[in-house]
Amino acid sequence: MVSGETPSLEVSRLAYAYPDGTQALYGVDLSIARGERVALLGPNGAGKTTLVMHLNGILTAGHGTVTVAGLPVRGDTMKEIRRRVGLVFQDPDDQLFMPTVREDVAFGPVNMGVRGEELERRIKDALDRVGMLEALDRPPHHLSYGQRRRVAVATVLAMEPEILVLDEPSSNLDPAARRELAEVLRSLDVTVLMVTHDLPYALELCPRSLILSDGVIAADGPTGELLADAELLAAHRLELPYGFAITERG
Amino acid sequence: MGAGHHHQIYRRDDTFVHRLPPHCKLLAVVAFAVVVVATPRELFAVFGVYALLLAVVAAAARVPPGFVLRRMVIEVPFVVFAVALPFIGLGERVSVAGMSLSVAGLWAAWNILAKATLGVVASMLLAATTEPRMILLGAQRLRLPSLLVQIAMFMLRYLDVILGEMRRMRVARESRGFAARDVRHIPVIARSAGALFIRSYERGERVHLAMLSRGYTGSMPVIQDVRASARQWATVALLPAVALAVLGAAVLGTGAL
Ligand SMILES: Nc1ncnc2c1ncn2[C@@H]1O[C@H](COP(=O)(O)OP(=O)(O)OP(=O)(O)O)[C@@H](O)[C@H]1O
Ligand SMILES: [Mg+2]
Repeated sequence: MVSGETPSLEVSRLAYAYPDGTQALYGVDLSIARGERVALLGPNGAGKTTLVMHLNGILTAGHGTVTVAGLPVRGDTMKEIRRRVGLVFQDPDDQLFMPTVREDVAFGPVNMGVRGEELERRIKDALDRVGMLEALDRPPHHLSYGQRRRVAVATVLAMEPEILVLDEPSSNLDPAARRELAEVLRSLDVTVLMVTHDLPYALELCPRSLILSDGVIAADGPTGELLADAELLAAHRLELPYGFAITERG
Repeated sequence: MGAGHHHQIYRRDDTFVHRLPPHCKLLAVVAFAVVVVATPRELFAVFGVYALLLAVVAAAARVPPGFVLRRMVIEVPFVVFAVALPFIGLGERVSVAGMSLSVAGLWAAWNILAKATLGVVASMLLAATTEPRMILLGAQRLRLPSLLVQIAMFMLRYLDVILGEMRRMRVARESRGFAARDVRHIPVIARSAGALFIRSYERGERVHLAMLSRGYTGSMPVIQDVRASARQWATVALLPAVALAVLGAAVLGTGAL
């Protein structure tokens, strides 16, 4: 980065093979500055989820390093890393495991030792930011899918993360819920890394995109430029929806 | 989609019984059950007083008798067992309506029926006046083994999800022409059950990852602390205390005779 500030996320030469021998990542390099919103694109099986699992230490690097706001992901830094990296899983039913929305949003902060008024403030604040404050005392399984997705975002916002990482946030959402989530994400002032197959969504929300293909970063640049490059997209099994065309601005 | 959402045993209401802290109620029911179990089976009147006590609680909680009676089916196994006892019991026998019944068996049956009924009704009143998750909070507060509390908590949360998955699998089976009609279909159902188990297991793994990501280290944080005032403790203590007093008086009374 040109500026002297430490990036929110820095991944360097990250390689990983699953225990069964499948090599999923072959040396990933990327850097995301504070406050950036970046889309991570790539075909099925490219290694996107595998990469995401490294960002908060669920998987540990076979080779290479992951650094979050200057702090390397290691066994002894795990607690702080999990506070700094807010991971939103694809299926909100996996993310929302407590009996009520309030308890679920409180789960992360309480594990970090937050109590009392500060806890209450964080719960309300996080739910307010995703527009779900009125669901405070409802059980998560009574909410619609789109509402659950937004509450899932709130559960990690309450941990006041350095970077928010979302795996396929727009999957299974109807157009209205998809738009509402976009509004929520755009209104946040945190660094965002968003894994998605939804190219228009990436274009709408993320000024910058990375293409992960066969375990390496194959392209990195302004989303509009990458998506306008038909050859690049075709080479990595990426396709814009029917009837969708990008006119390069500028 | 809405099926299974209502926890049918809980009656939403706002009586003072509903408002009592869950751990107090839990402890009161356990204490009451201990007193009931410790009561000698010969003391018919004492059991009558116990039943009266529960009736008072039910009235205070505005739980109608029919509501409790209809949910007594969980007691059926006990009833079956109890009914069998007079027939299979040994020793001295009496003749009732031409049937020869074992006296010891009759006493044992009465013993089981009376105590089980009182215990079940007391638990039912607890469940009717306390939301399931509040019961769990109470259990957590009473420092019951946290692993058990967590398992119960996840059952509560994921029951609907798993039922939903089960229903989708059934729809998928049936829309491809399969309908379970006789025993030859059992292998298919068994395979579906296996698939359901795998799905649930994998979901468990994913939930665990999600928990780790938010700093879980093995114990469930106490998020909503339930507290009880001395007055609330005194109120719930009334049920087991009165029961114990009646029992004490009866035992002393018969002892003095
Ligand atoms: N648990 C696992 N054990 C072995 N190999 C795995 C495991 N999980 C993923 N893989 C393999 O690692 C590679 C990368 O998978 P990953 O899930 O990271 O892809 P992805 O980019 O997230 O794909 P998708 O877009 O379908 O979600 C794939 O070849 C996959 O088969
Ligand atoms: Mg994936």
